[in-house]
Amino acid sequence: MTTLRHPLMQVRDLSKMYGARTGCRDIDFDLYPGEVLGIVGESGSGKTTLLNCLSARLEPTSGSVIYQDRTGADIDIYQASESRRRLLMRTDWGVVHQNPKDGLRMRVSAGANVGERLMAVGQRHYGDIRETATDWLGRVEIAEDRVDDKPLTFSGGMQQRLQIARNLVSGPRLVFMDEPTGGLDVSVQARLLDLLRRLVTDLGLSAVLVTHDLAVVRLLAHRLMVMHQGQVVEQGLTDQVLDDPQHAYTQLLVSSVLQP
Amino acid sequence: MNPQQETTLSGYNFAYLDEQTKRMIRRAILKAVAIPGYQVPFGSREMPLPYGWGTGGIQVTAAIIGAQDILKVIDQGADDTTNAVSIRKFFARTTGVETTDKTARATVIQTRHRIPEKPLTENQILVYQVPTPEPLRWLEPRETETRRMHALEEYGVMHVKLYEDIAQYGRISTSYDYPVQVNDRYIMAPSPIPKFDNPKMNEMPALQLFGAGREKRIYAIPPYTTVKSLDFDDHPFEVQAWDHSCALCGADDSFLDEVVVDNMGSRMFVCSDSDFCSERREAGHQSDGLPQVVVAQAAE
Repeated sequence: MTTLRHPLMQVRDLSKMYGARTGCRDIDFDLYPGEVLGIVGESGSGKTTLLNCLSARLEPTSGSVIYQDRTGADIDIYQASESRRRLLMRTDWGVVHQNPKDGLRMRVSAGANVGERLMAVGQRHYGDIRETATDWLGRVEIAEDRVDDKPLTFSGGMQQRLQIARNLVSGPRLVFMDEPTGGLDVSVQARLLDLLRRLVTDLGLSAVLVTHDLAVVRLLAHRLMVMHQGQVVEQGLTDQVLDDPQHAYTQLLVSSVLQP
Repeated sequence: MNPQQETTLSGYNFAYLDEQTKRMIRRAILKAVAIPGYQVPFGSREMPLPYGWGTGGIQVTAAIIGAQDILKVIDQGADDTTNAVSIRKFFARTTGVETTDKTARATVIQTRHRIPEKPLTENQILVYQVPTPEPLRWLEPRETETRRMHALEEYGVMHVKLYEDIAQYGRISTSYDYPVQVNDRYIMAPSPIPKFDNPKMNEMPALQLFGAGREKRIYAIPPYTTVKSLDFDDHPFEVQAWDHSCALCGADDSFLDEVVVDNMGSRMFVCSDSDFCSERREAGHQSDGLPQVVVAQAAE
């Protein structure tokens, strides 16, 4: 299996220890442009630890994360200067949190939430910022007359969509999602998944998606990693892993899904 | 400095603070002057007045005042308000320095919430009392995070605040403590002065020192430093304007206070800078014959 494209992100021997306890251990993978990688596993298996390490929010104990920026240069995330790292986080990357309260400013309007990244990179024209924000609200199916309302007044599904707009406004190339559909009821989940799938395809985004919901990865992810006790026990194409699980834990996981 | 000279209150060191403390504060001030707009932590002392009454400003003044200085203290522009009177009396008793109401005569001016109308000179130092030195606090409650934002010059979030103003009120409604960028680098809270005074900070010949006692921070703007008020390209910074002129001296270019004068809600507009107003009246200016008091409509 060969590919001519250079990986967007290369992860090598990544480990994070919490004292003597393992967060995640010996993680190795490449993420290619336009690829959506799903990470599944039970609670406590190290999914979120891994995601935080990848997205430069938690320094790993050992190993490296190398990201190829827009100019084609490889950046070792944890060797780069902090300002470089934070600039990447604001422009090239997005993080969608499970709880919208972690990813939104609840006390400022939806428009300001979406516009924050634009202002952070130096846009200083109110009219333009507002127009872009309004446009993005439309793209995530939030009525445009809600642009001046605070996220506190939004439903859970709307908050989650606002969070997505806030991240995508800067035209990121890589989005990290931690249980983006957690806490939403199934019909809202379906709509959000639909939206995410469309945006990811339209914008050619790469994404790392952490979830315990196998249906979500089946729908969104091209490739799947199964984590168990801090380690990757199985990885491959999503359909292949879910339809023909090899590892005992994956078999357990797949057979545990409730069928309505 | 010559301690104990003409101290009118026995048993205290010159300007209340001991010499070691004053040195510590001066070191903080020197650092603050070297890095315009940067908040320097310092070991704020207990002062014989409550936090919020000017403990930061009073410590800065105590550290820099000398026996030859002439001190002026203003609160909201006025020399005769409680805060100003007690701080002036405090320094008169602990240092024996001459005090004055006249802006032009003073060498050290401690202020709360105003910059005098009369332009200051190179021979003067303006000391501000600051309640909240951190301009980013409104959007970022973590001190560790705001320090990092200052260090990395991540100031986009300041504009979120201004954006929110325009979205809610159609204009930038922040009218005091309006954030400024000092020397094209640090974002700084100018203390709760009205934004009317912001342009005076730019290229000011006098040294400006800011002391926050409760928050234990000192910062400074050296003379002739660029101070820019934040704004948007399509919503430029502008200062307050009044439909009235001062009811006493007739000035139409000063910051006016609205004073309620009776139970009916009648009110008058007068200069907030009491020295500026009285000097103008002494020079023969007065209100131009318009009704000095805006009488409230009688309630039915």
